[in-house]
Amino acid sequence: MYRKTRLYGLTYEFHSLKEIMAKANESRSGDDLAGISAENMKERMAAKLVLADILLSDIRNTPLVDPDTDDVSQLIENNVNEEVYQVVKNWTVADLREYILSDDQMGKDLLTLGSGLTSEMIAAVAKIMSNLDLIQAASKIKIITHCQTKIGQQGVLASRAQPNHPSDHLKGMTASLYEALSFGIGDAVIGINPVIDTTENISALLHETKKVIDHFQIPTQNCVLSHVTSQMRAIEKGAPADLIFQSLAGTQAGNESFGISLSMLDEATAMINEKGTATGPNRWYFETGQGSELSSDAHFDIDQVTLEARCYGLARKFSPFIVNTVVGFIGPEYLYDSKQVIRAGLEDHFMGKMHGLPMGVDVCYTNHMNADQNDMDTLSTLLGTAGVNFVIGVPMADDCMLNYQSLSYHDIATLRSVLRLDPAPEFKCWLENIGLMENGKLTQLAGDPTFFLQNV
Amino acid sequence: MENHQLEGLRKFTPARIGVGRTGTRPLTKDFLSFRIDHAAAVDAVYGEVSSELLQEFNLFAVETCYGTKEEYLKRPDKGRVLSVEGEQLISERCVRNPQVQIVISDGLSASAINENLLDVYPALLDSLSLYQIEVGTPFFVKGGRVACMDAIGEILNPEAFILLIGERPGLVCAHSLSAYMCYRPRKGMKESERMVISNIHRRGTPPIEAAAHIGTLVNKMLEQKASGVSLVV
Repeated sequence: MYRKTRLYGLTYEFHSLKEIMAKANESRSGDDLAGISAENMKERMAAKLVLADILLSDIRNTPLVDPDTDDVSQLIENNVNEEVYQVVKNWTVADLREYILSDDQMGKDLLTLGSGLTSEMIAAVAKIMSNLDLIQAASKIKIITHCQTKIGQQGVLASRAQPNHPSDHLKGMTASLYEALSFGIGDAVIGINPVIDTTENISALLHETKKVIDHFQIPTQNCVLSHVTSQMRAIEKGAPADLIFQSLAGTQAGNESFGISLSMLDEATAMINEKGTATGPNRWYFETGQGSELSSDAHFDIDQVTLEARCYGLARKFSPFIVNTVVGFIGPEYLYDSKQVIRAGLEDHFMGKMHGLPMGVDVCYTNHMNADQNDMDTLSTLLGTAGVNFVIGVPMADDCMLNYQSLSYHDIATLRSVLRLDPAPEFKCWLENIGLMENGKLTQLAGDPTFFLQNV
Repeated sequence: MENHQLEGLRKFTPARIGVGRTGTRPLTKDFLSFRIDHAAAVDAVYGEVSSELLQEFNLFAVETCYGTKEEYLKRPDKGRVLSVEGEQLISERCVRNPQVQIVISDGLSASAINENLLDVYPALLDSLSLYQIEVGTPFFVKGGRVACMDAIGEILNPEAFILLIGERPGLVCAHSLSAYMCYRPRKGMKESERMVISNIHRRGTPPIEAAAHIGTLVNKMLEQKASGVSLVV
């Protein structure tokens, strides 16, 4: 494996693939905090140069975490499509980048390619891609998934309505949901982050969202984003859930700190397939985000881009309906400012798509991060051009429960208008039937939550 | 638009609903009001605690190793370690082995201290004296994180510890305060040994009520010689 290069008269030598992978990352505070980032720009470029020449087989043969002690490593290793891998194993990471960006490769070719790559290979190529490279490559890949409805088609930008409430008040949640629906938001999922993690409360939220869906015959799916075990208890007791949710980490130790195991995810899969209320085959909703492994001291000195890719390696085994990175939620010690959040959002979206995942992004930031709503305008527009499957909306971008900012319902309607994108087909049809949309545009009636009171 | 119907929906949630639109964009007033709340939150993070306020309560100030505000945000570990000068000052000025040590820190919101200390602090002293708990020499830590209480515990060896610290600001409230408490703070302390009363501000947990609650909890810690998950409350 190449570990040495000369740049401007200086020799740069790296001691491990782990070191090369970390130092080749674009700058981010989380890698600095972990003490694994490049010392300066030239060292960063030297690492990229060395990484570009590394063979894919070398990456596969140099596990960053031992598969014998880490079940995520093992799962990624076991799920490689060997037929595809045999074709590409002697490529360098540079060859991989150029193949992905070549005009000859369509989305379906990239999906086939992705099945023969490990998560580490996908992370490696992202490190030598520019922001526009990441957009160009991801925009070719379309991934359609099917829960109660289908999303991911060409020309579609779907959305999660996130009608959170600081005390899980059902009427408060519903009021916020009406606002979302009135802007045409909620086709990917109506998904609530609960405050109270009891079976009773989760059941109540599932019942209430299902009631609204049934009453207005909305072609979408519901989900309550609590710990997977508490959702399972609610579903066991008969609560109606189309999707089941869990946050994922990229190492076994990280997942243990989330209180989950692979066998737990298997059990949840069996339960949602048997007792879930959806009709389609894709019933998982996963969230991820760079930095979570470091925050639980489960990172093994691996950089946060590579760890994030490993989350996707884990997620793809479960054929989820939707996956999103909560890119700016974690805080400035992992992604310091808007430049880092924008970069991470584009990386995560690309890496997810290369894994064949129906990738969305929660375009967001906290108040102690050096970013503001203008930066979210920028990132969401970039992701819209990159073909992101869905984004998340909250009233006026302000989540009054989680105390962070995402996109406004207005913003998603605007992205659709500017980028000429539609809601998911069945949802669009519903919006037209009830009079909120006409010829692909919101009608005069749209943007008013009391619309749904007239029709109760 | 039926206004009473809209009010009917709005009364159930603090979410910014029923704001209307022009085209697909928000109306100017609502858009600016959102930006104003964000500005308050950012200013709370980057703001300074008033030195007059500290003087009023006779609180001397020490710093952690945070260096700059940027470094403070990027390196939470540095906010857990006291500067050498800070350690010295604490050693010189503070009573050792107090029953309870009170420390105030800006944390992620200087506004939280500026807005609430006047209400919380005297009430807290009253509440502790009601239980006849003796308080050590209080002081202010600039650039502190929650676990700076462990480093201070190593120097002063208090039985119980109360840290009043600014929370990460939200848009609903940029000056919310938290009180972190523990029994026998020391290096390597588990997070599960800490207790917290959060959301302290006039429209959240009222400062006077919070002060009384802190007094009760600290009294229980002293009685049971424990804190966190093992404390029976």
